[in-house]
Amino acid sequence: MQYQLKINGETRTVDAEPGTPLLWVLRDGLELTGTKFGCGVAYCGACTVHVDGSPTRSCQTFIEDLVDSEITTIEGAQDKVAQAVQAAWREKDVVQCGWCQSGQIMSAIGLLSENPKPSDDEIKDYMQGNACRCVTYVRINDAVKLASQKLEA
Amino acid sequence: MNINVSRRGFLAGSAATAGALLVGLNAKGVLAATAETAPVTDFNPFVKIDADGTLSVVIKHFEMGQGTTTGLTTLVAEELDADWARVTTEFAPADNAKYANLFFSIQGTGGSTSIANSYMQYREAGAAARDLLVRAAAQNWGVDPASITVEKSILSSGDKSGHFGEFVAVASTLTPVEKPTVKTPDQFRLIGDATLHRKDNIGKTNGTAQFAMDVNLPGMVYAAIQRSPKFGGTVTGFDDSAAKNVAGFIAAQVLPNKAGVVAFAKNTWAAFQARDALSVQWDLSKAETRNTAKMVEDHKALLDKPQFNASPETTLDEVAPVMAGAAKTIDAEFTFPFLAHAALEALNCTIEPTKNGVRVYDGCQMPALTRPTVAKILGLEPAQVEIKTLYAGGSFGRRANPDADYNAEAALAFAVSGRKVPVKLVWSREDDMRGGYYRPMAAHRAKIGLDGDGKVIAWDHRVAVKSIMKGSLFEGMIKNDVDPTSVEGVTESLYSVPSFGIGLSDFQTPVPVLWWRSVGNTHTAFAMETLMDMLAHETGQDPIDMRLAMLDPQGASQARMINAIKLVRDISGWKKGDKRGFACHFSFNTCVAVVADITVKDSSVHVNKLFMAVECGVAINPDVIKAQMEGGAGFALTAIMRNEITLADGEVEQQNFPDYELLRNGEMPAVEVAIVKSNNAPTGVGEPGVPPTGPALANAIFAQTGKRIFDLPMTKAGFEFV
Repeated sequence: MQYQLKINGETRTVDAEPGTPLLWVLRDGLELTGTKFGCGVAYCGACTVHVDGSPTRSCQTFIEDLVDSEITTIEGAQDKVAQAVQAAWREKDVVQCGWCQSGQIMSAIGLLSENPKPSDDEIKDYMQGNACRCVTYVRINDAVKLASQKLEA
Repeated sequence: MNINVSRRGFLAGSAATAGALLVGLNAKGVLAATAETAPVTDFNPFVKIDADGTLSVVIKHFEMGQGTTTGLTTLVAEELDADWARVTTEFAPADNAKYANLFFSIQGTGGSTSIANSYMQYREAGAAARDLLVRAAAQNWGVDPASITVEKSILSSGDKSGHFGEFVAVASTLTPVEKPTVKTPDQFRLIGDATLHRKDNIGKTNGTAQFAMDVNLPGMVYAAIQRSPKFGGTVTGFDDSAAKNVAGFIAAQVLPNKAGVVAFAKNTWAAFQARDALSVQWDLSKAETRNTAKMVEDHKALLDKPQFNASPETTLDEVAPVMAGAAKTIDAEFTFPFLAHAALEALNCTIEPTKNGVRVYDGCQMPALTRPTVAKILGLEPAQVEIKTLYAGGSFGRRANPDADYNAEAALAFAVSGRKVPVKLVWSREDDMRGGYYRPMAAHRAKIGLDGDGKVIAWDHRVAVKSIMKGSLFEGMIKNDVDPTSVEGVTESLYSVPSFGIGLSDFQTPVPVLWWRSVGNTHTAFAMETLMDMLAHETGQDPIDMRLAMLDPQGASQARMINAIKLVRDISGWKKGDKRGFACHFSFNTCVAVVADITVKDSSVHVNKLFMAVECGVAINPDVIKAQMEGGAGFALTAIMRNEITLADGEVEQQNFPDYELLRNGEMPAVEVAIVKSNNAPTGVGEPGVPPTGPALANAIFAQTGKRIFDLPMTKAGFEFV
């Protein structure tokens, strides 16, 4: 079946069966490979994208439910909050293997968009759903704080 | 259109312009320079400098997050006095002769050796390039080379100055000096700079970094494999009628080695669906059928009568009469579960037909293993197999497999596909969790004999574990039947212990096992450092003072460990009677000491903070070292607290992350890392943070609760972690 999706501000036509997870439409169909496959069961957060501004696990979000939605992936994350988060991630040298980091960043953008000055506990709570096997959490939390400061400045 | 992988190849990268200077080793293994436009057979560049002045460092090791792209680049940029912002990286092609790990003699990454083996090689390549540019500039300007200074990729002499690129053409006609002069440590500008940023920082924060699973090639088909439910089973037949209902399904085939049935499809999702829909019949007559409990019991039985003597000095028979005279003994038995690496990028590999053979796209840890494995399966010469190394989304040892298992699977799938189009093999998370090659299950039994004054007079230590190396390509490293990776950490203990006997038995199972971040030290350090804490407690000594007394400062490694221990004592403010946990361990030529600060409420444990001190020689990238200590500690905590792979009738019980919980953000303690100032040659940092962290936590739990933990994971002892 053909679907029209709004992704990163563009309308894209994709051919996929109902029930196909957005993740695979992005990665295989549209070659937007910045969004990563981690577990397939919405448990690790590697596949996090924004659907209508909210961080969403694309591996358990199905194509037929997205027809009227605005989808943003790491490739399209360019607003003020996204820029602050990415700059903070680089300043704190957060990344190691990097596989989970698109998802971490999309979650961090979600957090700071709704709560620009999160406390330490609020950061940990919000970021709890994004697993990092290299265990970069110390720096993730430092970077969220730094991004928050950047947005305030 | 393929947006992900340039047909020109990533090696070309931005250096595709004509006239770049290449500096590296020629066929005779001596430093040489040439222009990129010249024929460059039998020449391996480490350094490329474009006409626009961009420096590109060719990275012979893969990057799984441990920081090689940053580290090797630092070595070259340091000697060249390059502008860090204008340095890029590219991965080397597969070529044993040219890009060998100097410690392995073959191309590959592992054992925390990337910086250690490359330290002088990459510095000399940078120094040779600098010397060439300086001489070229001297020639252009008609000045004395000694008058030229270099800073941030700019050469200057008097009122003349110019960037690297301006001298590339002349420099490529000059002959490098045989032995370039490298800097003395006081001249370092980049080495030791904790503010230097990682080279993979941008691509991994904007989605552009290319991992193997991101490869999309024209006409590519996707493959997923149904493997035996029990390790060691083989296919006898299959029915794909249900798979035919999956949109995008192309075909299913038995792999030539009968290890599974591969489903081909038009995308990953369809491949997974079709694979799941296959009905496969198996011959399980040679498969593992035991439960975990039975396997633990079988390990323990092997401790009664060790098969091999692993101690270089003392046999267990020689220890026995000394032990018989002990006034008191400390006895302990430990068990350790199978562990999965669970890298977040599930395994995958793409093979594409080329004019002369194939191209393999992989986060390739061991090109020296992958290349011949793929070549043999496809009936090609190794030279016909090209490898494109891409970023690896973690490995922790899983990709350094002597069997090159997932590369072999991709080659088998490509072989039965007809070899006309690219084939991308993708593992699901369940495939990855259940696919074997685990940290082996292990058991230890130790008896420490003390005299009337509480002094150690004998130590009987026994290990039962499946050998990683026996029967593999690494069999040559076995000496006297002892696989060193089974007992490292006990055999290499730095403590002065008289009558120290070590016995080893090999456990047998079809469950494949492999190195897992810090290898044998994952269990040996836990056993040794728990025993040392028991010894301190039994004899009324401070755990740190006792260890310092058991380390001979005349020993080079011991002296380094003493420095690490004293440093962690200082930064943690450790005092006698401290209710925190201490452990230290020497592995991969690096010394790490840890103090764990925890809060226990009933059986619920929260790790507040870890203090870590590391002696790893010259600290090339202090911030990367710190990151590896933080990550290594967190990696250890997850496993020690709650991870285990268990089998029921030979079948792995865990399916996905809900059954194998990774450490989460809120569980990560604060970490304070201090690096011992050292002029020793650099040693490993990727693995050594793992071994001492677990026992430091266990010793902290004992200090607060009086309860010793002998069987891992710790959840078995009734603790939960919050």
